[in-house]
Amino acid sequence: MKFLEIAKKDLLAEFRTKQMLNSMVIFALLVIVIFSFAFGNEATIYIPNLKKKIIDILAPGMLWIAFTFAGMLGLSRSFAGEKEEGCLDGLKLCPVDRSDIYNGKVLSNAVLMFLMEIATLPIFIVLFSYEIKNLPGLIVVIILGTFGFIFVGTLLSALTVNTRTREILLPVILFPVLIPVILSAVTATATMLANGDIADISGELQILAVYDIIFFVVAQMVFEYTIED
Amino acid sequence: MIKKIVYAMTAALILISVYIDFFIAPVPINPGQAAGDPNNFKIFYFHLPIAISAYLSFFIVFISSILYLRKKEQKWDIVSLAAAEVGVVFALLTLISGSIWGRSAWNAYWVSWDVRLNTSLILFLIYISYLMIRQAVEEPEKRARLSAVFGIIGFISVPISFLSVRFYSRMHPCVVGPCPGGGGGGIGGEVLYYLLLNFAAYFLLAATLIMLKIDNEKLKEKVNDIKRNNNL
Repeated sequence: MKFLEIAKKDLLAEFRTKQMLNSMVIFALLVIVIFSFAFGNEATIYIPNLKKKIIDILAPGMLWIAFTFAGMLGLSRSFAGEKEEGCLDGLKLCPVDRSDIYNGKVLSNAVLMFLMEIATLPIFIVLFSYEIKNLPGLIVVIILGTFGFIFVGTLLSALTVNTRTREILLPVILFPVLIPVILSAVTATATMLANGDIADISGELQILAVYDIIFFVVAQMVFEYTIED
Repeated sequence: MIKKIVYAMTAALILISVYIDFFIAPVPINPGQAAGDPNNFKIFYFHLPIAISAYLSFFIVFISSILYLRKKEQKWDIVSLAAAEVGVVFALLTLISGSIWGRSAWNAYWVSWDVRLNTSLILFLIYISYLMIRQAVEEPEKRARLSAVFGIIGFISVPISFLSVRFYSRMHPCVVGPCPGGGGGGIGGEVLYYLLLNFAAYFLLAATLIMLKIDNEKLKEKVNDIKRNNNL
Protein backbone atom coordinates (compact mmCIF):
# COMPACT_ATOMS: atom_id res chain seq x y z
CA MET A 1 0.00 0.00 0.00
CA LYS A 2 3.06 2.25 -0.10
CA PHE A 3 2.10 3.48 -3.53
CA LEU A 4 -0.78 5.37 -1.91
CA GLU A 5 1.76 7.48 -0.06
CA ILE A 6 3.55 8.36 -3.26
CA ALA A 7 0.28 9.27 -4.96
CA LYS A 8 -0.69 11.31 -1.92
CA LYS A 9 2.59 13.23 -2.07
CA ASP A 10 2.07 14.00 -5.77
CA LEU A 11 -1.50 15.13 -5.31
CA LEU A 12 -0.64 17.21 -2.26
CA ALA A 13 2.08 19.01 -4.22
CA GLU A 14 -0.30 19.42 -7.14
CA PHE A 15 -3.22 20.80 -5.17
CA ARG A 16 -1.01 23.41 -3.50
CA THR A 17 -0.50 25.13 -6.83
CA LYS A 18 -3.06 23.40 -9.09
CA GLN A 19 -0.71 24.39 -11.88
CA MET A 20 -0.90 21.17 -13.85
CA LEU A 21 -4.59 20.58 -13.36
CA ASN A 22 -5.44 24.12 -14.47
CA SER A 23 -3.36 23.85 -17.63
CA MET A 24 -4.86 20.46 -18.46
CA VAL A 25 -8.45 21.64 -18.02
CA ILE A 26 -7.87 24.88 -19.92
CA PHE A 27 -6.08 23.06 -22.71
CA ALA A 28 -8.91 20.54 -23.08
CA LEU A 29 -11.40 23.41 -23.04
CA LEU A 30 -9.41 25.19 -25.75
CA VAL A 31 -9.36 22.09 -27.94
CA ILE A 32 -13.14 21.83 -27.69
CA VAL A 33 -13.59 25.57 -28.34
CA ILE A 34 -11.32 25.44 -31.37
CA PHE A 35 -13.28 22.52 -32.75
CA SER A 36 -16.48 24.42 -32.10
CA PHE A 37 -15.13 27.42 -34.07
CA ALA A 38 -13.69 25.24 -36.82
CA PHE A 39 -16.88 23.29 -37.43
CA GLY A 40 -19.19 26.22 -36.70
CA ASN A 41 -22.85 25.80 -37.48
CA GLU A 42 -22.20 23.01 -39.98
CA ALA A 43 -21.80 20.64 -37.06
CA THR A 44 -25.55 20.69 -36.42
CA ILE A 45 -26.52 19.86 -40.04
CA TYR A 46 -28.61 16.71 -40.22
CA ILE A 47 -27.62 14.02 -42.70
CA PRO A 48 -30.78 12.13 -43.70
CA ASN A 49 -28.95 9.11 -45.17
CA LEU A 50 -27.18 8.33 -41.91
CA LYS A 51 -29.99 9.64 -39.67
CA LYS A 52 -27.30 11.58 -37.80
CA LYS A 53 -26.09 15.11 -37.33
CA ILE A 54 -22.51 15.87 -38.38
CA ILE A 55 -21.65 16.48 -34.74
CA ASP A 56 -22.71 12.90 -33.91
CA ILE A 57 -19.99 11.64 -36.24
CA LEU A 58 -17.34 14.07 -35.02
CA ALA A 59 -18.05 14.09 -31.29
CA PRO A 60 -16.31 10.87 -30.16
CA GLY A 61 -13.07 11.68 -31.98
CA MET A 62 -13.18 15.24 -30.71
CA LEU A 63 -13.65 14.19 -27.10
CA TRP A 64 -10.77 11.75 -27.21
CA ILE A 65 -8.48 14.23 -28.95
CA ALA A 66 -9.21 16.68 -26.13
CA PHE A 67 -8.67 14.02 -23.46
CA THR A 68 -5.44 12.56 -24.84
CA PHE A 69 -3.84 15.90 -25.77
CA ALA A 70 -4.62 17.40 -22.39
CA GLY A 71 -3.53 14.20 -20.64
CA MET A 72 -0.24 14.39 -22.49
CA LEU A 73 0.52 17.68 -20.75
CA GLY A 74 0.14 16.05 -17.35
CA LEU A 75 2.16 12.99 -18.33
CA SER A 76 5.11 14.92 -19.70
CA ARG A 77 5.42 16.84 -16.41
CA SER A 78 4.83 13.77 -14.24
CA PHE A 79 8.46 12.66 -14.11
CA ALA A 80 10.10 15.79 -15.49
CA GLY A 81 9.12 17.64 -12.29
CA GLU A 82 10.77 14.96 -10.17
CA LYS A 83 13.93 15.11 -12.24
CA GLU A 84 14.46 18.86 -11.84
CA GLU A 85 15.10 19.04 -8.11
CA GLY A 86 16.71 15.63 -7.91
CA CYS A 87 13.52 14.27 -6.35
CA LEU A 88 13.69 11.16 -8.50
CA ASP A 89 16.84 10.08 -6.69
CA GLY A 90 15.03 10.62 -3.40
CA LEU A 91 12.14 8.52 -4.60
CA LYS A 92 14.49 5.75 -5.64
CA LEU A 93 16.08 5.80 -2.21
CA CYS A 94 12.68 5.23 -0.56
CA PRO A 95 12.39 1.78 1.00
CA VAL A 96 9.70 0.77 -1.47
CA ASP A 97 9.56 -1.51 -4.43
CA ARG A 98 10.24 0.22 -7.77
CA SER A 99 6.83 -0.77 -9.03
CA ASP A 100 5.26 1.13 -6.11
CA ILE A 101 6.69 4.32 -7.58
CA TYR A 102 5.03 3.45 -10.85
CA ASN A 103 1.69 2.60 -9.22
CA GLY A 104 1.74 5.80 -7.21
CA LYS A 105 2.41 7.87 -10.29
CA VAL A 106 -0.35 6.03 -12.16
CA LEU A 107 -2.80 6.82 -9.41
CA SER A 108 -1.95 10.52 -9.21
CA ASN A 109 -1.95 10.90 -13.01
CA ALA A 110 -5.29 9.10 -13.21
CA VAL A 111 -6.85 11.39 -10.59
CA LEU A 112 -5.74 14.47 -12.54
CA MET A 113 -6.95 12.97 -15.80
CA PHE A 114 -10.39 12.14 -14.36
CA LEU A 115 -10.78 15.63 -12.88
CA MET A 116 -9.94 17.10 -16.28
CA GLU A 117 -12.46 14.83 -17.99
CA ILE A 118 -15.18 15.67 -15.49
CA ALA A 119 -14.61 19.35 -16.23
CA THR A 120 -14.42 18.91 -20.00
CA LEU A 121 -17.52 16.82 -20.60
CA PRO A 122 -20.09 19.44 -19.46
CA ILE A 123 -18.33 22.14 -21.48
CA PHE A 124 -18.55 19.92 -24.53
CA ILE A 125 -22.26 19.35 -23.92
CA VAL A 126 -22.90 23.09 -23.57
CA LEU A 127 -20.85 24.26 -26.56
CA PHE A 128 -22.42 21.80 -28.96
CA SER A 129 -25.81 21.61 -27.22
CA TYR A 130 -25.29 17.90 -27.20
CA GLU A 131 -27.17 15.21 -25.42
CA ILE A 132 -25.41 12.08 -24.17
CA LYS A 133 -27.75 9.11 -24.49
CA ASN A 134 -26.03 6.46 -22.42
CA LEU A 135 -24.05 8.19 -19.67
CA PRO A 136 -23.21 5.13 -17.50
CA GLY A 137 -21.86 3.30 -20.55
CA LEU A 138 -19.84 6.33 -21.53
CA ILE A 139 -18.34 6.52 -18.05
CA VAL A 140 -17.23 2.88 -18.26
CA VAL A 141 -15.58 3.54 -21.63
CA ILE A 142 -13.86 6.67 -20.37
CA ILE A 143 -12.55 4.90 -17.26
CA LEU A 144 -11.13 1.96 -19.22
CA GLY A 145 -9.70 4.21 -21.94
CA THR A 146 -8.14 6.59 -19.45
CA PHE A 147 -6.46 3.78 -17.55
CA GLY A 148 -5.03 2.39 -20.78
CA PHE A 149 -3.70 5.83 -21.61
CA ILE A 150 -2.23 6.32 -18.11
CA PHE A 151 -0.65 2.86 -17.78
CA VAL A 152 1.37 3.24 -20.96
CA GLY A 153 1.79 7.00 -20.65
CA THR A 154 3.30 6.88 -17.17
CA LEU A 155 5.77 4.20 -18.21
CA LEU A 156 6.84 6.09 -21.33
CA SER A 157 6.97 9.34 -19.37
CA ALA A 158 9.52 7.71 -17.07
CA LEU A 159 11.35 6.47 -20.15
CA THR A 160 11.51 9.83 -21.94
CA VAL A 161 12.54 11.81 -18.88
CA ASN A 162 16.09 10.52 -19.34
CA THR A 163 16.33 11.61 -22.96
CA ARG A 164 17.47 14.89 -24.43
CA THR A 165 14.20 15.94 -26.05
CA ARG A 166 11.77 14.63 -23.45
CA GLU A 167 8.72 16.85 -24.00
CA ILE A 168 8.87 16.36 -27.76
CA LEU A 169 9.68 12.68 -27.70
CA LEU A 170 6.84 11.57 -25.40
CA PRO A 171 3.89 12.24 -27.75
CA VAL A 172 5.83 10.84 -30.70
CA ILE A 173 6.48 7.49 -29.04
CA LEU A 174 3.24 7.32 -27.04
CA PHE A 175 0.64 7.69 -29.78
CA PRO A 176 1.65 4.72 -31.95
CA VAL A 177 1.47 2.46 -28.89
CA LEU A 178 -1.85 4.01 -27.86
CA ILE A 179 -3.63 3.38 -31.15
CA PRO A 180 -5.59 0.35 -29.86
CA VAL A 181 -6.92 2.40 -26.93
CA ILE A 182 -7.86 5.40 -29.01
CA LEU A 183 -9.51 3.35 -31.75
CA SER A 184 -11.55 1.18 -29.38
CA ALA A 185 -12.45 4.09 -27.11
CA VAL A 186 -13.59 6.25 -30.02
CA THR A 187 -15.80 3.57 -31.58
CA ALA A 188 -17.22 2.62 -28.18
CA THR A 189 -17.87 6.28 -27.33
CA ALA A 190 -19.65 6.75 -30.65
CA THR A 191 -22.03 3.90 -29.81
CA MET A 192 -22.60 5.21 -26.28
CA LEU A 193 -23.35 8.74 -27.48
CA ALA A 194 -25.85 7.42 -30.03
CA ASN A 195 -28.05 5.66 -27.52
CA GLY A 196 -26.31 2.34 -27.87
CA ASP A 197 -26.69 -0.49 -25.44
CA ILE A 198 -23.58 -1.53 -23.48
CA ALA A 199 -23.88 -5.00 -25.05
CA ASP A 200 -23.14 -3.43 -28.46
CA ILE A 201 -19.63 -2.49 -27.45
CA SER A 202 -18.55 -5.71 -25.73
CA GLY A 203 -15.80 -6.19 -28.34
CA GLU A 204 -14.33 -2.76 -27.73
CA LEU A 205 -14.63 -3.14 -23.96
CA GLN A 206 -12.81 -6.46 -24.13
CA ILE A 207 -9.95 -4.93 -26.09
CA LEU A 208 -9.71 -2.00 -23.68
CA ALA A 209 -9.72 -4.34 -20.68
CA VAL A 210 -7.12 -6.66 -22.23
CA TYR A 211 -4.93 -3.71 -23.15
CA ASP A 212 -5.19 -2.32 -19.61
CA ILE A 213 -4.34 -5.62 -17.98
CA ILE A 214 -1.45 -6.49 -20.30
CA PHE A 215 0.22 -3.13 -20.03
CA PHE A 216 -0.31 -2.88 -16.30
CA VAL A 217 1.45 -6.20 -15.82
CA VAL A 218 4.22 -5.48 -18.34
CA ALA A 219 4.83 -2.06 -16.78
CA GLN A 220 5.32 -3.66 -13.35
CA MET A 221 8.05 -5.78 -14.88
CA VAL A 222 9.92 -3.23 -16.98
CA PHE A 223 9.42 0.00 -15.01
CA GLU A 224 12.52 -0.49 -12.89
CA TYR A 225 14.70 -0.44 -16.01
CA THR A 226 13.44 2.98 -17.04
CA ILE A 227 14.58 4.81 -13.90
CA GLU A 228 17.66 2.74 -13.09
CA ASP A 229 21.05 4.42 -13.42
CA MET B 1 33.42 -18.16 -44.31
CA ILE B 2 29.85 -19.09 -43.41
CA LYS B 3 28.90 -15.44 -43.74
CA LYS B 4 30.34 -15.29 -47.24
CA ILE B 5 28.32 -18.34 -48.25
CA VAL B 6 25.16 -16.73 -46.89
CA TYR B 7 25.86 -13.49 -48.75
CA ALA B 8 26.49 -15.37 -52.00
CA MET B 9 23.32 -17.43 -51.56
CA THR B 10 21.31 -14.27 -50.89
CA ALA B 11 22.60 -12.59 -54.02
CA ALA B 12 21.92 -15.67 -56.13
CA LEU B 13 18.44 -16.31 -54.74
CA ILE B 14 17.34 -12.68 -55.08
CA LEU B 15 18.48 -12.60 -58.71
CA ILE B 16 16.78 -15.92 -59.49
CA SER B 17 13.54 -15.00 -57.76
CA VAL B 18 13.31 -11.59 -59.43
CA TYR B 19 13.86 -13.25 -62.82
CA ILE B 20 11.22 -15.89 -62.09
CA ASP B 21 8.70 -13.33 -60.83
CA PHE B 22 8.95 -11.24 -63.96
CA PHE B 23 9.39 -13.84 -66.70
CA ILE B 24 8.22 -17.26 -65.58
CA ALA B 25 5.74 -17.20 -62.67
CA PRO B 26 2.02 -16.96 -63.43
CA VAL B 27 -0.33 -14.35 -61.96
CA PRO B 28 -0.63 -15.64 -58.37
CA ILE B 29 -4.18 -14.69 -57.37
CA ASN B 30 -7.31 -14.59 -59.44
CA PRO B 31 -7.59 -10.86 -60.21
CA GLY B 32 -11.37 -10.93 -60.39
CA GLN B 33 -12.78 -7.45 -60.95
CA ALA B 34 -9.42 -5.70 -60.48
CA ALA B 35 -9.15 -2.24 -61.96
CA GLY B 36 -5.72 -2.54 -63.57
CA ASP B 37 -3.65 -5.03 -65.54
CA PRO B 38 -3.82 -8.49 -63.89
CA ASN B 39 -0.04 -8.79 -64.34
CA ASN B 40 0.30 -6.19 -61.61
CA PHE B 41 -0.73 -8.91 -59.21
CA LYS B 42 2.72 -10.42 -59.57
CA ILE B 43 3.89 -7.79 -57.05
CA PHE B 44 2.40 -10.24 -54.54
CA TYR B 45 5.56 -12.35 -54.91
CA PHE B 46 7.56 -9.51 -53.33
CA HIS B 47 4.88 -8.06 -51.13
CA LEU B 48 4.11 -11.00 -48.85
CA PRO B 49 7.71 -12.17 -48.24
CA ILE B 50 8.83 -8.59 -47.50
CA ALA B 51 5.97 -8.10 -45.05
CA ILE B 52 6.71 -11.36 -43.23
CA SER B 53 10.43 -10.50 -43.12
CA ALA B 54 9.54 -7.19 -41.47
CA TYR B 55 7.43 -8.99 -38.86
CA LEU B 56 10.28 -11.42 -38.20
CA SER B 57 12.78 -8.59 -37.80
CA PHE B 58 10.53 -6.94 -35.24
CA PHE B 59 10.21 -10.23 -33.43
CA ILE B 60 14.02 -10.34 -33.27
CA VAL B 61 13.95 -6.84 -31.75
CA PHE B 62 11.50 -8.08 -29.12
CA ILE B 63 13.52 -11.15 -28.19
CA SER B 64 16.87 -9.39 -28.12
CA SER B 65 15.37 -6.55 -26.05
CA ILE B 66 14.27 -9.08 -23.43
CA LEU B 67 17.67 -10.73 -23.52
CA TYR B 68 19.39 -7.37 -23.13
CA LEU B 69 17.37 -6.50 -20.03
CA ARG B 70 18.09 -9.90 -18.52
CA LYS B 71 21.78 -10.20 -19.34
CA LYS B 72 22.90 -6.60 -19.92
CA GLU B 73 25.22 -7.73 -22.71
CA GLN B 74 25.89 -5.14 -25.34
CA LYS B 75 25.68 -7.60 -28.23
CA TRP B 76 21.90 -7.92 -27.75
CA ASP B 77 21.54 -4.18 -28.03
CA ILE B 78 23.40 -4.24 -31.33
CA VAL B 79 21.15 -7.05 -32.57
CA SER B 80 18.04 -5.03 -31.63
CA LEU B 81 19.29 -1.97 -33.44
CA ALA B 82 20.21 -3.91 -36.58
CA ALA B 83 16.92 -5.80 -36.69
CA ALA B 84 14.89 -2.65 -36.04
CA GLU B 85 16.56 -0.73 -38.85
CA VAL B 86 16.15 -3.55 -41.34
CA GLY B 87 12.57 -4.08 -40.14
CA VAL B 88 11.67 -0.43 -40.67
CA VAL B 89 13.03 -0.52 -44.21
CA PHE B 90 11.09 -3.72 -44.96
CA ALA B 91 7.93 -2.32 -43.39
CA LEU B 92 8.23 0.77 -45.55
CA LEU B 93 8.72 -1.42 -48.62
CA THR B 94 5.62 -3.38 -47.63
CA LEU B 95 3.60 -0.19 -47.46
CA ILE B 96 4.96 1.04 -50.79
CA SER B 97 4.50 -2.24 -52.66
CA GLY B 98 1.06 -2.66 -51.12
CA SER B 99 0.02 0.83 -52.21
CA ILE B 100 1.19 0.20 -55.75
CA TRP B 101 -0.74 -3.04 -55.83
CA GLY B 102 -3.78 -1.39 -54.24
CA ARG B 103 -3.82 1.22 -56.98
CA SER B 104 -4.15 -1.57 -59.48
CA ALA B 105 -6.52 -3.85 -57.58
CA TRP B 106 -8.75 -1.41 -55.70
CA ASN B 107 -8.18 1.74 -57.74
CA ALA B 108 -6.88 3.44 -54.60
CA TYR B 109 -3.41 3.70 -53.10
CA TRP B 110 -4.71 3.53 -49.58
CA VAL B 111 -7.95 2.23 -48.07
CA SER B 112 -8.14 3.92 -44.74
CA TRP B 113 -10.08 1.44 -42.62
CA ASP B 114 -8.50 -1.85 -43.53
CA VAL B 115 -7.02 -4.12 -40.87
CA ARG B 116 -3.77 -5.12 -42.45
CA LEU B 117 -2.99 -1.79 -44.03
CA ASN B 118 -3.38 -0.03 -40.72
CA THR B 119 -1.57 -2.70 -38.74
CA SER B 120 1.39 -2.41 -41.08
CA LEU B 121 1.32 1.36 -40.80
CA ILE B 122 1.16 1.21 -36.99
CA LEU B 123 4.04 -1.26 -36.96
CA PHE B 124 6.08 1.09 -39.11
CA LEU B 125 5.28 4.05 -36.84
CA ILE B 126 6.14 2.14 -33.66
CA TYR B 127 9.58 1.17 -34.90
CA ILE B 128 10.22 4.67 -36.26
CA SER B 129 9.63 5.86 -32.69
CA TYR B 130 11.95 3.10 -31.47
CA LEU B 131 14.70 4.52 -33.65
CA MET B 132 13.86 8.02 -32.42
CA ILE B 133 14.38 6.94 -28.80
CA ARG B 134 17.77 5.58 -29.75
CA GLN B 135 18.62 8.89 -31.33
CA ALA B 136 17.57 10.89 -28.27
CA VAL B 137 19.88 9.24 -25.74
CA GLU B 138 23.64 9.80 -25.72
CA GLU B 139 24.99 7.28 -23.20
CA PRO B 140 25.27 3.81 -24.77
CA GLU B 141 24.16 1.89 -21.66
CA LYS B 142 21.12 4.06 -21.03
CA ARG B 143 20.21 4.05 -24.71
CA ALA B 144 20.32 0.27 -24.78
CA ARG B 145 18.19 -0.04 -21.64
CA LEU B 146 15.50 2.49 -22.61
CA SER B 147 15.17 1.27 -26.17
CA ALA B 148 14.93 -2.32 -24.93
CA VAL B 149 11.97 -1.33 -22.74
CA PHE B 150 10.29 0.28 -25.73
CA GLY B 151 11.17 -2.67 -27.96
CA ILE B 152 9.14 -4.87 -25.60
CA ILE B 153 6.16 -2.52 -25.19
CA GLY B 154 5.99 -1.74 -28.89
CA PHE B 155 5.92 -5.36 -29.93
CA ILE B 156 3.24 -6.28 -27.40
CA SER B 157 0.95 -3.53 -28.65
CA VAL B 158 1.00 -4.86 -32.22
CA PRO B 159 -1.42 -7.81 -31.79
CA ILE B 160 -3.79 -5.59 -29.78
CA SER B 161 -3.67 -3.00 -32.55
CA PHE B 162 -4.50 -5.72 -35.02
CA LEU B 163 -7.53 -6.75 -32.95
CA SER B 164 -8.75 -3.20 -32.49
CA VAL B 165 -8.56 -2.29 -36.17
CA ARG B 166 -10.46 -5.50 -36.93
CA PHE B 167 -13.73 -3.74 -36.07
CA TYR B 168 -13.67 -1.96 -39.39
CA SER B 169 -14.40 -3.40 -42.77
CA ARG B 170 -11.89 -5.56 -44.54
CA MET B 171 -10.53 -5.17 -48.01
CA HIS B 172 -7.15 -6.84 -47.93
CA PRO B 173 -7.34 -10.44 -49.15
CA CYS B 174 -6.57 -13.34 -46.83
CA VAL B 175 -4.08 -15.59 -48.50
CA VAL B 176 -3.52 -18.40 -46.07
CA GLY B 177 -6.25 -20.06 -44.06
CA PRO B 178 -9.93 -19.21 -43.86
CA CYS B 179 -10.99 -15.60 -44.27
CA PRO B 180 -13.96 -14.21 -42.31
CA GLY B 181 -15.02 -11.90 -45.14
CA GLY B 182 -14.76 -14.63 -47.79
CA GLY B 183 -12.54 -14.32 -50.85
CA GLY B 184 -8.81 -14.80 -51.14
CA GLY B 185 -7.24 -18.13 -50.36
CA GLY B 186 -6.41 -20.75 -52.92
CA ILE B 187 -2.66 -20.61 -53.25
CA GLY B 188 -1.28 -23.88 -54.42
CA GLY B 189 0.56 -25.70 -57.17
CA GLU B 190 3.44 -23.94 -58.88
CA VAL B 191 2.49 -20.56 -57.40
CA LEU B 192 3.25 -21.97 -53.96
CA TYR B 193 6.74 -23.12 -55.04
CA TYR B 194 7.56 -19.74 -56.55
CA LEU B 195 6.25 -18.06 -53.44
CA LEU B 196 8.40 -20.26 -51.19
CA LEU B 197 11.43 -19.40 -53.31
CA ASN B 198 10.68 -15.72 -52.80
CA PHE B 199 10.28 -16.30 -49.09
CA ALA B 200 13.70 -17.94 -48.93
CA ALA B 201 15.23 -15.09 -50.92
CA TYR B 202 13.78 -12.29 -48.79
CA PHE B 203 14.39 -14.00 -45.45
CA LEU B 204 18.01 -14.42 -46.47
CA LEU B 205 18.13 -10.80 -47.60
CA ALA B 206 16.84 -9.62 -44.23
CA ALA B 207 19.29 -11.91 -42.40
CA THR B 208 22.19 -10.68 -44.54
CA LEU B 209 21.33 -7.04 -43.97
CA ILE B 210 21.02 -7.60 -40.22
CA MET B 211 24.36 -9.41 -40.13
CA LEU B 212 26.04 -6.64 -42.11
CA LYS B 213 24.57 -4.03 -39.80
CA ILE B 214 25.80 -5.93 -36.74
CA ASP B 215 29.33 -6.10 -38.18
CA ASN B 216 29.08 -2.42 -39.00
CA GLU B 217 28.13 -1.55 -35.42
CA LYS B 218 30.91 -3.70 -34.01
CA LEU B 219 33.43 -1.90 -36.21
CA LYS B 220 32.02 1.41 -35.02
CA GLU B 221 32.61 0.29 -31.43
CA LYS B 222 36.17 -0.65 -32.26
CA VAL B 223 36.85 2.71 -33.89
CA ASN B 224 35.40 4.49 -30.87
CA ASP B 225 37.60 2.43 -28.54
CA ILE B 226 40.72 3.26 -30.55
CA LYS B 227 39.77 6.93 -30.58
CA ARG B 228 39.25 6.91 -26.84
CA ASN B 229 42.50 5.08 -26.09
CA ASN B 230 44.54 7.46 -28.22
CA ASN B 231 42.71 10.56 -26.96
CA LEU B 232 41.65 11.53 -30.45
